[in-house]
Amino acid sequence: MSAFLKTALRNKSFATGFVITCVVVLMAAISFVWTPYDVTDLDIGSKLKAPGWAHWFGTDHFGRDIFSMIMVGARNSIAVALVAVIIGVGFGVPLGCWAAARGGLLDEALMRGNDVIFAFPALLSAVMITAVFGPGAINAIIAIGIFNIPVFARLARGAALSLWPRDFIMAARAAGKTKTRITIEHIVPNMANLLIVQATIAFALGIIQEAGLAYVGLGTQPPLPSWGKMLNEAQTMMSFAPHMAIIPGLAIVITVLGLNLLGDGLRDVLDPRLTRKRD
Amino acid sequence: MILFLVRKTLWAAVTLAVASVLVFAALEIVPGDPAQVMLGINATDEAIAALREDLGLNKPVLERYFSWVFGMLQGDFGKSYTYSVPVNELVADRVTISLPLALLSLLISTAIAIPVGLYAAARRGSLADTGIMALSQVGIAIPNFWFALLLVYFLAIWLQLVPAGGFPGWEAGFFTALKSLLLPAISLALPQAAILSRVTRSALLETLGEDYVRTARAKGLSRRSTIWKHALRNAMIPVLTILGLQFAYLLAGTIIIENVFYLPGLGRLVFQAISLRDLIVVESVVMMLVGTIIVINLLVDLAYLWVDPRLRHRRS
Repeated sequence: MSAFLKTALRNKSFATGFVITCVVVLMAAISFVWTPYDVTDLDIGSKLKAPGWAHWFGTDHFGRDIFSMIMVGARNSIAVALVAVIIGVGFGVPLGCWAAARGGLLDEALMRGNDVIFAFPALLSAVMITAVFGPGAINAIIAIGIFNIPVFARLARGAALSLWPRDFIMAARAAGKTKTRITIEHIVPNMANLLIVQATIAFALGIIQEAGLAYVGLGTQPPLPSWGKMLNEAQTMMSFAPHMAIIPGLAIVITVLGLNLLGDGLRDVLDPRLTRKRD
Repeated sequence: MILFLVRKTLWAAVTLAVASVLVFAALEIVPGDPAQVMLGINATDEAIAALREDLGLNKPVLERYFSWVFGMLQGDFGKSYTYSVPVNELVADRVTISLPLALLSLLISTAIAIPVGLYAAARRGSLADTGIMALSQVGIAIPNFWFALLLVYFLAIWLQLVPAGGFPGWEAGFFTALKSLLLPAISLALPQAAILSRVTRSALLETLGEDYVRTARAKGLSRRSTIWKHALRNAMIPVLTILGLQFAYLLAGTIIIENVFYLPGLGRLVFQAISLRDLIVVESVVMMLVGTIIVINLLVDLAYLWVDPRLRHRRS
């Protein structure tokens, strides 16, 4: 692992993305044990303070410390996006592999099913789920997760289809291994690189989607801070407290940028052939 | 070619049917009685019974599903419980905002992304190319609603060039109305343009590496002419695919952006319906948007035929 990191860090995209992602994850982790101020602490006396020494990122209309809220918000963004990716991988990869291994009618049916899910952007699923069950972070996770399933299913199917005719798979089949065993022992490990890259990208997209859902009130509910929710609250304060809108937005952009760079870098590092003939 | 057309249309119809079952089923699994949910816990038994009758909840599930579907096919989306008017009327008003908004942002995004992508591809490795790619990387990371907030802050609050929100209505004059859709359209368009320009660039680079491009150059065709006459058309297929997908996102994205600019479009309607628990409106609007997305995907598939003559001759 450390040898891998050493080579990978020579890639500029990877190094930048890796550092940004580590900082965000670290911030989220520290928020469990320490934040500069309590995020539920209302201090009306020091409300709407611009960034300064006492409050690095300023305060909001309730006098809450924005830096602390960004830290706790990071925790929330990461959790939602991560679970959504796990749902996508957990359902999508087995489905894609199954479709590729069996082929025929099952393959066609599964892929058509994917098309149906693709017609439901996360926002629309979230609207429906919220209308039925009421708002909450879980809805956001489910809505984004569902949309991730066809993404990973297509990727896994495509990769598996290109692997099945390869010699080493033929050898495994000749040795009498079942299709399930071949899929688990040979197909999935050989598509791991692709999956890791896609997972990073889906993770980044999940953070943007979560922020969007929280912004319109379909995601994380108060009092827990989330970046999208903070932007929603900032909207009416724009003219006299622009920092309330600028800072959470920057947090999203930097995190997403970091993850995308990490994904791009990983793609190059994990597949050296691409580096040479990239573009 | 006809086979391709028929098959694609048939699949779109099947997808639409399955999607309608999903949307319908979502409403069926409402914990408890939908009529109770819509009216709240303080409703009288008579009111609930009346609403149940009104919604046809006393009929069997299959009958309700089919009457819902056939109603929609005839343009009848049911009646809104809170507004007491047909859902079509509610939607018809809002669509005149959401649809132009989505189309305008698609136009802006395409008008920016395709030339920029082409330019970057044609000058691969140059400073301009590197700059464009770095900028698009940042563009992809920007959430459109945050970009919208920034635009409001700088252009509407600071410089006071455009209205910060609201919609005067098309009666106020075409350009006045269009002006209030401009900021929302730009904020939806730019992050999409970032993605589209990257796709255009890599699609063109791919085709520029093909043998027929080398042949064209070897024949003495200029670089510019090769790109315009040979490479561009072949590069359009992935671009079209992404454009189709993007329109779906733009349509869904309008729901969020309308909130930033206080536009009375479909998005506002949906969120009001959610808070009022007007499930019929939510169901209808979601189904309409999902239907539109499926139809657009079909149109994109059909557009391949127009762009790629090879598809026209295959298997026909």
